[in-house]
Amino acid sequence: MSIDLHPEAEPHTHALQDDLSRCIHCGFCLQACPTYLELGLEADSPRGRIQLISALAEGRARPTPSVLGHLDLCLQCRACETACPSGVQYGRIMETARATLVETGERPFAWRLRIAAMRQVLPHKTRLRALIGLLRVYQQSPLRERVRKSGILKRLPGDVAEAESSLPEMPPASFAPTPQPPGLTSAVAMLTGCVMPHLFPKAHEATVRVLNRLGYRVVFPENETCCGALNLHGGDRVFARRLARRNIDAFLSQGVEAIIVNSAGCGSTMKEYADLLAYDDQYRERARRFSELTRDVLEFVAAHDLGPLGEVRRVVTYQDSCHLVHAQRVKTAPRAILRQIPGLELREMDSPDKCCGSAGLYSMVQPEMSQRLLSSKMDDVETTGATCVATANPGCMTQLETGLRQRGLGGSAPHVIELLDEAMRATHGRD
Amino acid sequence: MPILNVMVDSVVPAYVVGDVPHGVVSGALLSALEAIVGKTYVMSTPEDLLVYEYDATIDRARPQAVVLPNTAEQVAEVVRAARRFDVPVIPRGAGTGISGGALAAVGGVVIALTRMKRVLEVDPENRIAVVEPGVVNLDLSRAVAKHGLFYAPDPSSQRACTLGGNVAENAGGPHTLAHGATTSHVLGLELVLANGDLVWVGGRTRDVPGIDLTGAFVGSEGTLGVATKIVVRLSRLPESTRTLLAIFNRLDDASNAVTAIIAAGIVPSALEMMDKMIIHAVEQALHCGYPLDAEAVLLIEVDGLEESTAEESTEIDRICIASGAREVRQAVEQAGRDLLWAGRKSSLSALGRYFPNFYVLDGVVPRTRLVEVLRESNAVAERYGLAVANVFHAGDGNLHPNLLFDERVPGTTEKVLAAGAEIMRLCVDAGGSITGEHGVGLEKRDFMAWLFDDADMAAMAKLKQAFGADEYFNPCKAFPSHRGCGEVGHANLQQAAGRLGGELYV
Repeated sequence: MSIDLHPEAEPHTHALQDDLSRCIHCGFCLQACPTYLELGLEADSPRGRIQLISALAEGRARPTPSVLGHLDLCLQCRACETACPSGVQYGRIMETARATLVETGERPFAWRLRIAAMRQVLPHKTRLRALIGLLRVYQQSPLRERVRKSGILKRLPGDVAEAESSLPEMPPASFAPTPQPPGLTSAVAMLTGCVMPHLFPKAHEATVRVLNRLGYRVVFPENETCCGALNLHGGDRVFARRLARRNIDAFLSQGVEAIIVNSAGCGSTMKEYADLLAYDDQYRERARRFSELTRDVLEFVAAHDLGPLGEVRRVVTYQDSCHLVHAQRVKTAPRAILRQIPGLELREMDSPDKCCGSAGLYSMVQPEMSQRLLSSKMDDVETTGATCVATANPGCMTQLETGLRQRGLGGSAPHVIELLDEAMRATHGRD
Repeated sequence: MPILNVMVDSVVPAYVVGDVPHGVVSGALLSALEAIVGKTYVMSTPEDLLVYEYDATIDRARPQAVVLPNTAEQVAEVVRAARRFDVPVIPRGAGTGISGGALAAVGGVVIALTRMKRVLEVDPENRIAVVEPGVVNLDLSRAVAKHGLFYAPDPSSQRACTLGGNVAENAGGPHTLAHGATTSHVLGLELVLANGDLVWVGGRTRDVPGIDLTGAFVGSEGTLGVATKIVVRLSRLPESTRTLLAIFNRLDDASNAVTAIIAAGIVPSALEMMDKMIIHAVEQALHCGYPLDAEAVLLIEVDGLEESTAEESTEIDRICIASGAREVRQAVEQAGRDLLWAGRKSSLSALGRYFPNFYVLDGVVPRTRLVEVLRESNAVAERYGLAVANVFHAGDGNLHPNLLFDERVPGTTEKVLAAGAEIMRLCVDAGGSITGEHGVGLEKRDFMAWLFDDADMAAMAKLKQAFGADEYFNPCKAFPSHRGCGEVGHANLQQAAGRLGGELYV
């Protein structure tokens, strides 16, 4: 795949016009928006951003750095969609706006550079593995301490120091499928994704074990690729569509009951492939089928009888991953699973469905706002007294672990599926 | 050239309220404002102002500057600075109003109070709270819930609207029927007057000696000053609350049930009606279990002691069935009640699913004439070829017909305004009024003449003068067009109002 920044001729004209016209500017979204709650500025609210996008579309505004700044500060958490009674598809509006700004060349150079970088890394397994390997070496060698002590990061432009400290700790080994128990009659396919096998191999292993336990063989299609969510959110819809087509080809040939994903951000994009490829005559129908088959692992698992579970003695609070609760509207399944685990006490936060500030690449490109949101999230976590913050998305896990570390709380931020796996394994030898 | 070159036609806002007579504010004023609140909180570029040119109505008007103060003293300084430069100020909360109250009708400086959102004091023993104007209505109830208290006025926009805005518009809500509108719950106010003075009116108790200036200020729609602190009365959460949903196959039967319930001597804390169009919109949005084949539903709530709510709800159930209800559901638990209410609270916004624009009317009629006016207003809409959805506070006789339309279709906005004027006239002719709770604002100021004669209006103008406000605070609102407002008025609306009779103050 070559770098191609030329726009494809795509008929998304009407979608944006119709999407925008649904907003009756009632303001119900304001209090759901994390950045509005922090700043109190209309331009940093969903309603304000929709107005700015409308004005850009109508030629009433220029894409000044200030306007772009407001659009960039959006987390794309889509909490406003949950709050919106009119059903405004805010996520799609923002994706279209960013894509159009990129395609018309209005984006600053840094943006296009980032897009190019994402194209060059995320979908390429070997490049990604090499990069992760380098990071692993860096983190495990004395080099990191020396670099940090030298203060060189602080002298670099931008927020390199902040980004460096928010990097997750690399586990020693990446996820690799292992032999599964024999005799499993049903089959599901699973998206392993781009960074997740390297950052959270344990969540993947737990997912496979839980699915096995429920009677499913887990298939890993050879040609799977990155889901395209980060590209899509960053304004690179052209490339996101390419990845979507590849995944559709890879997964639909497997003849499975469901396509399972344990990253809420990926799942939300996969469920929206139908929308993404709505104008693609060749793929429209298959994209719809792909989306229909896609299930978040928690949503899928909660619909099953979980069987006997052993004790997991822990006080847990659950952070709704935005793309699970707002984009996929899965709210009760993770809680239902946690409540079934003996010994586990679930204590709700005041605002569990408010973004923790991770939001894909957000924590790296908007470190200041990301940190403010994390800090308010950790205040909320602390009032529950729980030090185990369960969630459902790799970005959230990384961010919340950073938060726990910053506060010196110890504890952990596992995927819900890991806790369920622990509970299932705690019964071993007894049933 | 449009930047997102994806739209074919440029959508011109419904009607931009005239050209700004004051032009661009001077750099000196901007510097003065920046010195008060800091550079970050003064906006003056066209792009920054864009997002303060609207509220939840179909009107638009762009201010020349927006300033976001953080304290009462800063508000006072901003007012003084604007005064020095002879520029009007427009107080603004969350911009959720539906009468154009927060729009800068003739330009000027918008004072957005969204940063002043602190609950300053909660006194559970005396059941009062002192809040800043930017506190969101529902946030106050949440903050005092642990004391078994709540703030009673509950506009449908309560999870977004601010208490400052509620004070300006004397906001009501479904529970106004039993608990009263905002004015019954505000005890005292700290105000910034036109000369920049910071004064207190009212107090911390219900009856303060002297002229009731608090009462005069609540509902003055930002024309007298800016409230910077509000002392509100808190109410005790009732021991028991029951919510009923009565389902009717005929709209008339539902209307008659409303009259019958009140006639039976029951005062429900809320008595709301929703018609078919609304039922469909909210059911799609929220799946709250409203039956799609019903013509109307009544949402009825009673609260108080366990014994009395049980008795009253049984009686209401009986009356509804006798009036022709096909089914009455009841919810006692919080979750069930929340679900029934969710539909009502989101009803207006859910209309965006059908049409890109709606024009919500806020008329009041005597309860006994509800059926008749409802039928006539539906007929008006039909005559204009407009879809209409009704959701309203039936118990108060407070109608909210929503005219649904697409402003992109040429000529539609004019039709909507004309139909709206006719419906308002129907309410007045039936012995009612042009606003129950949304305020007069920009939209309905020309209808004031249907209700008040010259002498009435002169009395109100004198009060405004007494506050020293003149046309300095929120000009062109609430009162019929003054000098300087005539040319920015809604020509269409005035024409329609003129045709329907009544003297116009143009």
